[in-house]
Amino acid sequence: MKTSATFHPLARLLHWTMALLILAMLFIGVGMVTTVSTRHDWLLAIHRPLGATLLVLVIIRLAVRLRFRPPALPADMPPLMQWMAHASHWALYGLMIAMPLIGWAMLSAGGYPVMLGSSLHLPPILSASATSFAWLREAHRYLAYLLFLTILGHMGAALYHALIRRDDVFPSMTFMRRKPVHADEVPVVVVTGASLPEPTAPRPPEP
Amino acid sequence: MSASSSKPPHLLWRWCAIGGAVLLLALAFAYTGGWLSPQRLTPRRIVDALQNGGGLHPGFRRNHAKGVCVAGYFDSNGAAAPYSRAQVFAEGRTPVVGRLALPGGNPYAPDGSVPIRSFALRFSLANGQQWRTGMNSMPVFPVATPQAFYEQLQAGAPDPATGKPDPKRLGAFFAANPETGAFLAWVKTAKPSASYVTESYSALDAFYFVDAKGERHAVRWQVTPEAGDAAPGPAGDDNYLAQDLRTRLASGPQRWHLKVTLAAPGDPTNDATKVWPADRTTIDAGTLVIESEQAQDSGACRDINYDPTVLPDGIEVSDDPLLAARSAAYANSYLRRTSEEAHLPGAARTDAHGTEAAR
Repeated sequence: MKTSATFHPLARLLHWTMALLILAMLFIGVGMVTTVSTRHDWLLAIHRPLGATLLVLVIIRLAVRLRFRPPALPADMPPLMQWMAHASHWALYGLMIAMPLIGWAMLSAGGYPVMLGSSLHLPPILSASATSFAWLREAHRYLAYLLFLTILGHMGAALYHALIRRDDVFPSMTFMRRKPVHADEVPVVVVTGASLPEPTAPRPPEP
Repeated sequence: MSASSSKPPHLLWRWCAIGGAVLLLALAFAYTGGWLSPQRLTPRRIVDALQNGGGLHPGFRRNHAKGVCVAGYFDSNGAAAPYSRAQVFAEGRTPVVGRLALPGGNPYAPDGSVPIRSFALRFSLANGQQWRTGMNSMPVFPVATPQAFYEQLQAGAPDPATGKPDPKRLGAFFAANPETGAFLAWVKTAKPSASYVTESYSALDAFYFVDAKGERHAVRWQVTPEAGDAAPGPAGDDNYLAQDLRTRLASGPQRWHLKVTLAAPGDPTNDATKVWPADRTTIDAGTLVIESEQAQDSGACRDINYDPTVLPDGIEVSDDPLLAARSAAYANSYLRRTSEEAHLPGAARTDAHGTEAAR
């Protein structure tokens, strides 16, 4: 199977931009509901437009993900670890898409105007219903916790690849210059959507 | 390229770095969410204190629990439009869903038990924006900060021995908080009114109007009644307000005037315990007309959170610290009562009518 050694540059840019914004979003969210200080007001004022921005970004990101095949996982990763890697990535995608939609639906169900700024607002996507609001509001909270835990696991796994396994996984998502194995395999071809052969031969299994 | 087949040096330190990074992020999240600082005043603690004072009544608001839904419209005369570009102040009509209520968390409180009534309004602007406001029939708020409000709730909590607030604790609180003086002086002479309709209701907190040029004007607003037959409530009846409202509406719509007071430079915008001098310019922005009422367990106001920070373009919050706290606490109360309505796992149970079940 032909795949690139690194993620598409656009995918990498989206990954790190969204990583920062999503972490900010989670901290803003958990902070604004647990304070009665004036921080509550301005955190809330950031939370909604940032959520809408993240919804747009995740749609672009999903398209990029489907258009440009990501690099394959190292062949010597144990099957369970491979399965967890794939499952956690799709969980992250699912949560990234679900969270802003639930937030939007929740405000709609609560009868709130979905204000993104002082006058810009989104239409409701659900009719007003106290029951729907309550379920969506709690889903928004618990899925946010789940998203945060998944991110912690994702970060731990990325660092495990970078520091313990020291394989190609972490560099495939960074912008650091990598020492190519062969001079003709510098991963620049990805811009065209074409792909390079796997840069390394399958490795022997872990001792 | 890969070195995964060989053991990296300082393996233990590498694992520590990974664990440390994950732990640090988790701790930062826990700190932000208040899990590491139980002393932080949170919306939950404020609403717990309200619930402690009024009792747990599933499905009901945790404050201003007893009330009635009303509906009507606001006819703007355009007089406030030079100060606020909000569509609601342009000449014309804006539909309103409101709620008249008693302060306190007990939905069965006698109407004569407290001399204060409240009026909450939601203006639905044609451009899709909303203006929500919660007003009270008193000239000032007792306290200026969320912390003092919380302490007042604690001082007024029912004594487990008597089931009533301990006057000594309340007295000590008021003595320690001299800013409550203006409220106490007012409440001493205030009588529970026989009608919602004869009362003036003030937003208490200051806001900013923003005009078409983007200039901000500090304001407070209130609605003043056209009905002039104010009288003290009848003795021996605990539920006269709703009946009075029905009777009056049967004979025609009830009207208030929306009065907007402009601050002079130096007037406090961050202290709801202080009135502004009486000579400040006041604009009559138009007429609030209430045409109908509905029971609060089925009316249109039931599922509205009258969060005073839900504002249209042209009105902004001031630096009054109570506003953010009201927004945060109202949201917590709203989630509790809608969760009870939805029978969410862990929520207090309501019966089919949304009123409390026998406990």
